[in-house]
This record gives sequence, structure tokens and C-alpha cells, in this order.
Amino acid sequence: MAKQLALIVDPIGCRAHGLCAQELPEAIVLDEWGYPILAAGPIPPHLLRRAKTAAAACPVLALKLTRAG
Amino acid sequence: MTMIDTTRPAVRTATAAPIGAARLIGAGTGPDLQSHLARLGPLPTGPLRAAALITMTEAVGLAGRGGGGFPTSRKIAGIAASRRSSVLVINACEGDPTAMKDAMVIGRSPHLVLDGAITVAQAIGAGRVVLASHRGSDSARFLADALLERGSAAKRMKVVTVPARFVASEASSLVNYLNNGDARPSGRLAPIWESGVDARPTMVLNAETVSHIGLLARFGADWFRSVGSIDEPGTALVTVNGAVRRPGVVEVANGTSIGDILRLAGSAPAGWALIGGLAGRWADLATIADVPFTTAALRSNGLTKGVASISVIGEGGCVLNQAARVLDYLAAASAGQCGPCMFGLPAIAADMRALMKGDSAALDRLRRRLPVVKGRGGCAHPDGAVAFAASTLGVLTGPESGHLRRHLAAGPCPERGSDIPLVKVGH
Repeated sequence: MAKQLALIVDPIGCRAHGLCAQELPEAIVLDEWGYPILAAGPIPPHLLRRAKTAAAACPVLALKLTRAG
Repeated sequence: MTMIDTTRPAVRTATAAPIGAARLIGAGTGPDLQSHLARLGPLPTGPLRAAALITMTEAVGLAGRGGGGFPTSRKIAGIAASRRSSVLVINACEGDPTAMKDAMVIGRSPHLVLDGAITVAQAIGAGRVVLASHRGSDSARFLADALLERGSAAKRMKVVTVPARFVASEASSLVNYLNNGDARPSGRLAPIWESGVDARPTMVLNAETVSHIGLLARFGADWFRSVGSIDEPGTALVTVNGAVRRPGVVEVANGTSIGDILRLAGSAPAGWALIGGLAGRWADLATIADVPFTTAALRSNGLTKGVASISVIGEGGCVLNQAARVLDYLAAASAGQCGPCMFGLPAIAADMRALMKGDSAALDRLRRRLPVVKGRGGCAHPDGAVAFAASTLGVLTGPESGHLRRHLAAGPCPERGSDIPLVKVGH
């Protein structure tokens, strides 16, 4: 079974830059204060590459890809 | 390994186990070592091994009494599995202003708290025991005095006082404070049982929880189970305050009904009460009077035991007015680290206040915001506030919908009930 990855955000580290939601609007929306709300569950394979880009885009490294489950 | 010598008895008397529900705070308890030993005798010589303590706490279904309700045996098993020297933190802060049960057991029986801490520390091989309490609190003083009485037997235990803020007593806040003086939660990314105080495996146990262990180590699991319900043996400390004749802390056999607990506080069960603390739920006391005050029974009635407080606002009280006060307090108590908490809680509090003043759109805003804030902080603080706010909406759109309509038509109501306590005495 291919390993499944999910996005998690460190809520203390996050500073609401919002770049993640621009990179991956399919799985990340911003709340009314600009903080990301992540879609639950593993990232579908076709979004994986952009999920990595979204994590890398975070200026404070608050967004991470980890093994799901 | 032996970390702390078992206290040798000053007087050797054959001491009988406590009978009935007065175990932690009953007659004969006192803050000094002599009355402690006269009442309970010394801890058995020969420390309990981890396996025995795990078996015992599991046999009696002991669960954390600080609000989380996590099985104590599993906590101990987790930390005992580590080969590294660990740190035991006793949480004696009791940050929730509706509860004063830990303060009560510490004031009446600080040496029982120490006995429980010693028992656990020996079992898990903790190199250090920290007794964490709020700065300037009575609890800090009682624990420090008790440690002095123990002398060199308590040389690896110390009292650490933390800022008297609500979120400062959250487990990861305590660990953070002990590491770097910053009493704010550190988030869920680094579990403290792997890397806590000084990067060592760390276990945080509530003061009431370890007090029960101090008795369990002396008198055993069969004695422990001789009172209480089958599923939840033993006793529990419950704080009752607000619109009751005799507010205070009572110790009851688990399974005692809410009505009987209210009667112990001198009043009939009537009116609305907040059960379980500021992260708790509202309940109409008359309709739940027969419900046992246990984790399972409360849960199956849509309630939560939380910090085991019952704050009665009474028949003249207004759930909406009180909710606005409580949410203002919870918003101000945020550590201000996570956006959804830092911005979400003030927004929810403002919505509740607007609803109280008659703004009908506030109801929709609350329904939209509560699920957005839930689960998105680094600690459980925002989740508690959301659960409380949701419970308030449940009451206002259910049994008290007539009262909500009154607010929407005429604004704030002239309330004649008791306030939910938001300031602690002795802190």
C-alpha cells in the first residue's frame, strides 16, 4: 500500500500568511481571520506535488506533510 | 530503584482503613504529618513496582480527576515503558475558577498528595517530582509546609509555583514553564510523555488523582472498590457553588446522584447549573436529579464531568447572561498563541453578548463560528469554550427558547440568579 500523506498545521507557529491556501485551494481554505482550515484525511495523489509546494511556501514552516492516520 | 525513602512512622499504630465515602477530606484529616499518620498510618514499606501499580489502578478504574479523565493505569504504563529517568509533575493548580476540590484535598491532606506522588515516583523510577501550584495560592503553601515536614525523605520533590492563569495549568503549559519559564501551551506536536521536562519522559497527574493512589497503596484495590459504583469505584470530590445553601466541596461515593449531591450542599436540585467547569455543559437540575455523577452517566446524558464542579445559577438565573460572562473570561484567558483561539474566542464572546442584547443575527454568527474554531488550537482551551457556547445555544434554542425570544424582543433580562464563579478564593 502506498504511504498516505496528510497536511497538518502547527497552530502556534502559524502567522496567517495565507500562502498555503493560494498554493492548494482544493485542500486549504482560510477562516475569517486568515488562518488555514485543512481538509481532513490524506491528500489525494494528484494533489501531492502541490501540497509539498504549499508546505514549502509557509514562511514560518508551520505547515507540514506527515504520514496520515 | 528507590528515589525517596518511604516515610517512617512517627507513631506505629494499627490504622484502620477509612470507612464510607469520607476518604480524602473526612474527619481526622489535617495539614500536618502527625494527624496524617494518626489517621492513615505510614505507606507500606517496600515500594510498589510499576506492574503492580498499573494492575491496581486498572482494577479500580482510576481515571484522571483534573478534567481529562484519562485512565491513570495507561498513563503509568506509557511512562514506565521508557528506560529513561522520568519526571513526575503533580498538577495542583486547579485553573478552573468553578472548582476548588484540589485546594480542599491539599488543605486537608497534603501528606496524602505527597504519599501518592511518592508511590508513583517510586513505581516509574522518576528522578524528580514537581508539585505545581499557582503562585501565592494556599495550595502552594500547604504543599511547601508538608514537604518541610518530610525533611530529607522529600529531597527530590519540590514545589514550583506558576502564574495564576487559567491556561497556565494545562499540562504542556506546565512543562513549558518548568523548561523555560513560559507558562503557555506548547502544542500537540511534541508529546510530553516522550519529551517533557528537561527533555525527559514526563507524566502529569492531578492532585486528587494521586491522593487516591496514596490510599490505594495502603489499603488495596478491594478496599478501594468497597464504595462507589461497579464501573467507577471509589469516591470523588465535587465542588458545589452558586445558588445553594452550603457551597463547598463534598466527597461522595461514585454513583451518588446529582440530586443527592445538591442536598448535601443544603439545597433541592432546581434551576440551571453549569456542570464540569467552564468547559462544561448546562443542565436543568430538576430533570437530571436522578443521574449519577459519574463520567459514564453524565456522558450518556449529554453532559461531562470535567473538573467535577456544579455551579448553580438557580431558578432566577439566566443562562445567556452567564454565558456572555464566562465566554468573556475564556477569551481573556487565551494564551494568545493560536489564531483561531486568539481571534475566535473574542468573536464568539462578542456574539454571545450581542445575542444577550437582542441581536438575532448573532445566533447565525455563532452557529457558523463555533465549528470553525473547534479543534484548531494547540491545546484544548478553545475546544472547551466552543463546547460551552454550543451547550448554551442548545439550551436557548431548546428548553429556554421562550427566554431567548424575550432577549431578542427586549434585550438583557433582569437576572436574579447566582453568578458562575470566575474568581478564586485563596488564589
